[in-house]
Order: sequence, then C-alpha cells, then structure tokens
Amino acid sequence: MRDTIGRIIDFNLLALRILFVGSVQYYMWMSFLTLLIMGGLLAYAQQYDTGMAVTGMNDIVSWGLYIANFTYFVGVAASALMIVMPFYIFKEQEFRSSVLVGEAVAVAAITMCILFVTVDIGGPLRVWHLMPFVGTPNFPDSILTWDILVLNGYLMLNLGIPIYLLYKKAHGRDPVKKHYYPFVITSIFWAVSIHMVTAFLFQGIQGKPFWASALMAPKFLASAFSSGLAFILILLTIVRTLTRYEISNSALHKMAQIMTVASLVNMIMFFSEYFKEFYMFAHHSESAQYLYWGLGDHMTTLNYLAWGLKILSIVATIALTVGLFKGKFKLLIPLCGAMFISAWFDKGIAFVVPGFVPSPLGEEISYVPTLIEWGVLVGVCGIGLITLTILLRLIINIELGGVKIKEAK
Amino acid sequence: MQNEFLENIEKDLNELKDKNLTRRSAIKKMAAGTLMAATAVSAAKNPLGDNDKARVRNLELQEYIKTNYKVMTRDEKLATVKRLEELAKLKHNVDVSISSKDAIPGVLYGYAFNIGRCGGYQDCITACQKENNLSQDSNIQYIKIFESKLGESLHLTSGNAQYQHEIPVDDHFYMGTQCFHCENPPCVKVCPTQATWKEPDGIVVVDYDWCIGCRYCEAGCPYFGRRFNWSEPVIPKEDLNTTQHYLGNRPRSKGVMEKCTFCIQRSREGKNTACVEACPTGARVFGNILDPNSEIRYVLENKTVFRLKEDLNTDPKFWYFKD
Repeated sequence: MRDTIGRIIDFNLLALRILFVGSVQYYMWMSFLTLLIMGGLLAYAQQYDTGMAVTGMNDIVSWGLYIANFTYFVGVAASALMIVMPFYIFKEQEFRSSVLVGEAVAVAAITMCILFVTVDIGGPLRVWHLMPFVGTPNFPDSILTWDILVLNGYLMLNLGIPIYLLYKKAHGRDPVKKHYYPFVITSIFWAVSIHMVTAFLFQGIQGKPFWASALMAPKFLASAFSSGLAFILILLTIVRTLTRYEISNSALHKMAQIMTVASLVNMIMFFSEYFKEFYMFAHHSESAQYLYWGLGDHMTTLNYLAWGLKILSIVATIALTVGLFKGKFKLLIPLCGAMFISAWFDKGIAFVVPGFVPSPLGEEISYVPTLIEWGVLVGVCGIGLITLTILLRLIINIELGGVKIKEAK
Repeated sequence: MQNEFLENIEKDLNELKDKNLTRRSAIKKMAAGTLMAATAVSAAKNPLGDNDKARVRNLELQEYIKTNYKVMTRDEKLATVKRLEELAKLKHNVDVSISSKDAIPGVLYGYAFNIGRCGGYQDCITACQKENNLSQDSNIQYIKIFESKLGESLHLTSGNAQYQHEIPVDDHFYMGTQCFHCENPPCVKVCPTQATWKEPDGIVVVDYDWCIGCRYCEAGCPYFGRRFNWSEPVIPKEDLNTTQHYLGNRPRSKGVMEKCTFCIQRSREGKNTACVEACPTGARVFGNILDPNSEIRYVLENKTVFRLKEDLNTDPKFWYFKD
C-alpha cells in the first residue's frame, strides 16, 4: 500500500515536471491558450452578470452556438472509437500509437461539451439539482439526464485507461490486461451510446419535425466518424512532425479510409433527408426550406453557408475517395480540414437553429451569435486545446521513454 | 465609530490649515475620507443595517439549499414562502403575501377560446402582464393573439401576431394562444430536474428556484407556451401585484423559465383568470371541467371544439370553438 502511494506520488511529480518544463515554443503555446481562456472568462462574466440576453438567442431560437458546439464535439469525442475498436477488436497493430492520442482527443472534446452545456444554462450554480439524492433528476424520462450520465462515464473511461497505461509505462512495468481490457471494451460501446443519446435529445421532440427523424442518431454517428477522424488525422500529422512520436503512414492511410467511408455514408444520409423533406413539400418541411432556400423571396446568408459547406464536404469526400484510389495523399490534410469545418457547421448551427424556425406557431426570426457567444466559444476551445496539450505531452513523453521514474533501490 | 473618524478628519484638516500636515495625518485623512465615501455610497445603495444584511444572507442561503417544491412537505412549503416574504420586505421594502395553497380536490381546470368573438383587442395580454408581474423591461407576454384572414384555412403559419392597427378588421378573425396545460405535457417529460410538473388540478407549473435554465422545455413545447428570463425582470414597485402564489406570479429572477399558470394565485381562490376577466367580448371561458354545471363543461359538451396539433398526443386542456 505504501509502495503504491509512493508510486502514485512519483507519477504525479513526473507529470508536473513534464508539464511545467519545456521549450520556449511550449511556453508560448500554453500562454497563448491561457490568453484565449481569459478572454472567454471575460465574455462569460458579462453573460453571467447581465443574463443570457447578451447572446443572440430568444424565446423562439432558444438554443444556439453553445448547444451547436456541444452537439458537434460529442461527435468528435465518439470518433476515438474508430481507432480504439480496430486496435483492440480487429487487432490492427498499426493503430497502437494512435490509440492514446484518440483517447486524449475524446477527453478534451468531452470536457468542452460539459463546459458548453454549463455556459448555456441560466443557473449554473444550480446544477446540483440534477444529482440523485440531493436533487430530483428526471430519470429516466428526460434524455438530458441520460446524457449527463453517459458523458461523465465516457470522460472517466477515456481519462482512466490512458492514465493507467502511462502510469505503468512510467514505472517500467507492464499493464495488466485483465485490469484495463474490460474498460476498453466498455468504452467502445459507450462511445456509440454518447452520441446516440445526444441525438435522442433532439430526435424525441415530436413538436420539432426537423429533428424528429429516425435518421438523426445514425447520421450523427456517420458525421462524427468522418469529422472526428479528420481532426485526429490532422493532429497525428502535427504530432509526428513536431515530436519523435511515431505514427506510420499505413496507420494514417487506414484512418483516411475509415473516414472516407463514414463520409460517404453521411452523404447518402443527406440525400435521403433532402428527398424526404422536399419531394412532397409539407408544413413540416419548412425548417429544411429555411435552412437551404430561405422562407422568403430570396436566399439568406445561412442558405449560402449551408450549400457552400455542403458542396465542400461532398467535393472533399469525392476527392478523398479518388486520392485513396490513386494512392495520392498530398491534399489529405486540407481535405481533412474541409471535412472538419463543414461538419462543424452542418451538425452545429445548421442542425440546431433550423429546428426552431419557423416557431411552433409559425413565426420566423433570425439568430446571429453575438460577440460574447464567440468569446465564450473561443475560451472553451482554449480549455479543450489546453487539456489536449497536457494529455498529449504526458503521452508522448512517457511513451517515448525519455522521462522515466527511477525505481528506488 | 463614525464620530471618531469625523473628529480625526477635523483634526487633520486643522493640521492642514496650520500647514502641519505630516504624511501620517494625510494618509489618515484619505482613509477616513474613503471610508466615509464608501459608507455613504453603500448606505445609498443598500439601506440595510449590518443585522439586516446578515439576515438576508441567512435567508438566501436557506433558499439556495432548499429542495424542489414538488417534493416539499407542507411545513417546508410554508417555511419557504415565509422566507420569501421576509426577503421581499428586507430587500425591496414591499409587503407581499405568497400563497402555498395546494390544488383543490375534485378540480381539473380547462379553458375554451371563442374565435368567433375575439376582436384582437389584446386586453387579455395587458391584464395578464399586470396580474402576473411580467417583466416590463423585456415585455414578456404569455398570450399571443394571431390575426388571420377569413376564408383562409385556420393554420398558424398564416396568422400574424405582430399586427399594429385598429381592430377588429373586417374579414379577419383572431385567435389566442398561451400555455395549453397539456395532460400529457412534453415540457414536463424533458425537464432534467423535475422543475416543471403537472399539479393535481391540471395546472402545469414551474418552481422558479429549482429551474436550472437549460431551456429544454422551451424546445419541447409545440405551442410556444413557455418563456425564458433572458435578463433580470424589471417591475416598478408601484406596479407589483403583491397577492402572489409560489408557483405563480411571485417575481422571478433571470435565468429561469416561466409561463401561464392559469393565474394559480386567483384560480385556487375560486376566481377567474385575469385574461378571462379582461376580455371585453367574453371570448374566453375558464373553469373546472369536472364540475358538470360549469361554463367550460357546457362549451365542451355543446359546442364544436377543436385543439391544436392533435396528432402530437399532448392532450391540451385548451379548446377552440365558434358559435
């Protein structure tokens, strides 16, 4: 027992050393992220003081940028599944070094999701009302209570497994398979559940025909795997360029394949949705009309954005398919960027806002995020990036074996 | 303590006059001046003595840690309304009476709206705002009145709730909406904290102190029945309705949901809702649908009634008819 406590302390000291000692570039990066976070705090302080009226939301469009980003980043968190499952279930050895990176991305993304919900609610000091025993959670009726459970569970899984593995590696000991394998298998199923539950939040609302479609949950998963893997691919490329951490070309190639297939499925789902909305135009198609063509005489900025990014994602998917066919990867990273950004819009603002327009009583209103909302968004992204940096720094340093805890004689 | 400081200031000022100003006395003077200014400012802002401030903090802490009204015992309900009444007195110097009256047994409230009689006057909206202490700053309205052209099929997307002209207009008809107090309310189902629920007399209520402001209920309601306080509500003291109910028209704070409560502070005392009383044409009917002699029962049994969005299975207790 005393040995274990000693080892835990050693590990924590090692972690602190890794995190607080580094190159000038590292300090500059962390300082930059801290500035972003401080900007976000400043913006949030305004919102907390005055109320949500400082945002662009109103009684008709009552969810906006925050919930849009929450929805999107749950997907990014779930996409780690597409690295974990091939490695642990399909025994794809090329993914060995990427698994920990995927789990780090999941932790950072879930942290951002929890923060997005926290900044979106009107009474953040009252979150304890959600907890069992001290509060009165509306479980199992309210899907939001399910979401809180699954998100926190996924966070603990994706934080616990890498820390266990790094802890063992830092002490030069082998991880015990039967100690962590069950959790890994659980996290594979759990990843699917976090995103389906998030989709169910919207899918269950019969009063909002834009959302109440059986395709929502599968579509969420397809777009999560395409956009989340896109982000991870970019990240892995940066990691292997900046550090000695090795990720093989073969691993990136296979991830690109998975990402492209997921994106093709997502495309098919889009065509399916579009057909359903517009073949026999009915009143419940009006939200889709608002998104793609506008409810008035001319198209709006939202429409141009929606079509522009949709076409971009289709072109990117085709380009990726062709590139994989021809074995050419020069444009891989820009195409991944295109996938990430187009999915961010499609699953974020373009999903949440049209659900509210027109209102249940047929009224139209516009929603434009305010500077404060953008400020808070930047701050939360800063926190996500700093979480990611911290985890990656620990992973890379410990895995490369450059810094190790010396066993006490 | 303040007199001592004033004496010290006088002494320092005299020293200054005698050009005997030392650094120490200058600092003392500045400190005293700052203290006086701070006291003056805080006295102007918050005319509470130290005892009152401690009492307010104590009450607010008790209010923060209390449980959901939905699961409170009778004693806990009485205790919380007492605390709120005392807080209103201490913080805003108003005497309010906040009822915690439960549902009357054998009562299920229902509402009927005569679209043949509504002239679009919006007296109901104004009366509701007054009765329920709705924020004048953000101009919250529980009721919306839609103007549609006769001959057009009744559908909400063709109605206009933003009309600003003399009414009624020929060949137009008017229709009002508000929370319909569904028997199968989607808002209640999605609320993560059970801060909104259906009372035994059918009124769908909100515990404003339990609501975390996630606005899931607002997304779930298919009738635009619910409102959110995007900013701190503003009600001038002279306009405050001091006859309040915990689940009804007591003042809310920013960041919580609110909605029509069938004027719970009135209806549970056997009165009509404010909108029903205010309507100049008698287009609104309210009452106990379990009472075979009530006007609402008469309407439901003898008129051709319909409800909005029947296909959603919300079972609203708000019917429309035309005679």
